[in-house]
Amino acid sequence: MARAVSPRRKSINTALAWGIGLIIFFPILWTILTSFKTEGQAIADPPIFLFFDWTLENYSIVQERSDYMRFLWNSVIIAGGSTLLGILIAVPAAWSMAFVPSKRTKDILMWMLSTKMLPAVGVLYPIYLLFIKLGLLDSQFGLVIVLMLINLPIIIWMLYTYFKEIPGEILEAARMDGASLKSEILYVLTPMAIPGIASTILLNVILAWNEAFWTLNLTAAKAGPLTAFIASYSSPEGLFYAKLSAASTMAIAPILILGWFSQKQLVRGLTFGAVK
Amino acid sequence: MATQHSRTAARIMMAPAVTLLLGWMLVPLIMTLYFSFKKYLPLRGGDLGWVGFDNYVRFVSSSAFWPSVTATLIIVGGVLAITICFGVLLAILLDQPMWGQGIVRILIIAPFFVMPTVSSLVWKNMFMDPNYGLLSHLWEFFGAEPIQWMSQAALPSIIIIVSWQWLPFATLILLTAIQSLDSEQLEASEMDGASTLRRFWHIILPHLSRAITVVLLIQTIFLLSIFAEIFVTTGGAFGSKTLSYLIFQRVLESQNVGLGSAGGVYAIILANIVAIFLMRIVGKNLDN
Repeated sequence: MARAVSPRRKSINTALAWGIGLIIFFPILWTILTSFKTEGQAIADPPIFLFFDWTLENYSIVQERSDYMRFLWNSVIIAGGSTLLGILIAVPAAWSMAFVPSKRTKDILMWMLSTKMLPAVGVLYPIYLLFIKLGLLDSQFGLVIVLMLINLPIIIWMLYTYFKEIPGEILEAARMDGASLKSEILYVLTPMAIPGIASTILLNVILAWNEAFWTLNLTAAKAGPLTAFIASYSSPEGLFYAKLSAASTMAIAPILILGWFSQKQLVRGLTFGAVK
Repeated sequence: MATQHSRTAARIMMAPAVTLLLGWMLVPLIMTLYFSFKKYLPLRGGDLGWVGFDNYVRFVSSSAFWPSVTATLIIVGGVLAITICFGVLLAILLDQPMWGQGIVRILIIAPFFVMPTVSSLVWKNMFMDPNYGLLSHLWEFFGAEPIQWMSQAALPSIIIIVSWQWLPFATLILLTAIQSLDSEQLEASEMDGASTLRRFWHIILPHLSRAITVVLLIQTIFLLSIFAEIFVTTGGAFGSKTLSYLIFQRVLESQNVGLGSAGGVYAIILANIVAIFLMRIVGKNLDN
């Protein structure tokens, strides 16, 4: 892949790409930096970039005042729970479509994808009403179910594309060697499927963590995840930049780290295999 | 290879997923359709009977409708133009040999992982605030009058925020597509003396056309329903009320469920028109 180019051209590329990369990353960097300033330094004119008195007090204030841990816990439960539940339902479905395909497999996959295209706002009231009737409003369980359902098509699609890549010959070879169906699944298929399942989990935790339509509309104080926690800063506390920054940094840090591991899966998961 | 036995097993394995998605699709859809033909005001009398297509007519003839269509088109169009143009250029740049490519990729991809409420609030307060925002300082530094971003330029502000969130997505997918380009073909054209611009038009852009279409369609589907970015910035004020935000307000804020549901049906039809084109491309890919 590496094409031979002159060192000069490579230097220009490097400078240009780093410059643009830093500009794009800057809002995140600025948020992280501001979270370590005092409120006074955060709005200083001219702005202070690095040479301020670093402090951790914003983090402790945010935790004390707004019970950050509860929102964090809700996010963990909702993102983790909806993903795991989705995986449990999707693995058998994707497995059977990949290994026992029928004439209708393609239609079913396409139909599942089409459910993902349904605009949330079009079904907002029915879901809201069902939540009230079933007593699910502002509950972790309700959000786990809804986020599982909206991400289920993506989970099935990702798993399907991963399972498809497991060569059928391996199964036949195992059968020749006299492996039973059970040992076939346990010792041959599962180890080959685990990386794909792990990638799928990773991407879907990210998507569920950042989901900001249903989490904002179906929760209040009790089950609100971090998306709702941050939205509560929209006014007037938003003017306290250092605290807003500390809260923001805590909300995005876990997922930024996970996200950096999942770049490749992102393409596969969000284009439904249309771009490889 | 597939026996009758394994077919049955396959059906059982698929049943939970199919049933759940079928329910998730049909139940709310039928309810939305049902409400859309009713005068239904939960806080002011509840179900006031069937009204035929009245809600559909009233939704499109209300004074808020056409401005919301315009706002939607401007936001979706603006974000698509910015993310795809810059996405193509960035993807080409990132495909070039350089030092620290992996780190640059990480820097560029990062905004995609920031939750929408965070990116909206950070941009709104720390960058676009007319008094303390960094952009105001920048404007002042160049001797210009700071812009009242959210009130004077609500649509451009939202376009900037949303483009920032989606540029990584476009770049990453276009980069993946570029990397599958046959470098021999490029080198051959280089040997033939084709200029950079000609190579871009005749080789790179045609190769990317499918990936661009995919980015266009997927982003359109997501952008038609952006919510948090408006909810925490302008709250739909200053001409930034999109179609989906208008429906949200009708349904939850003013609790006019019949009218909002009719709007919801329009939104579903609109999304499906875009989806058909996306599904065609995905379906073709499934065949090979």
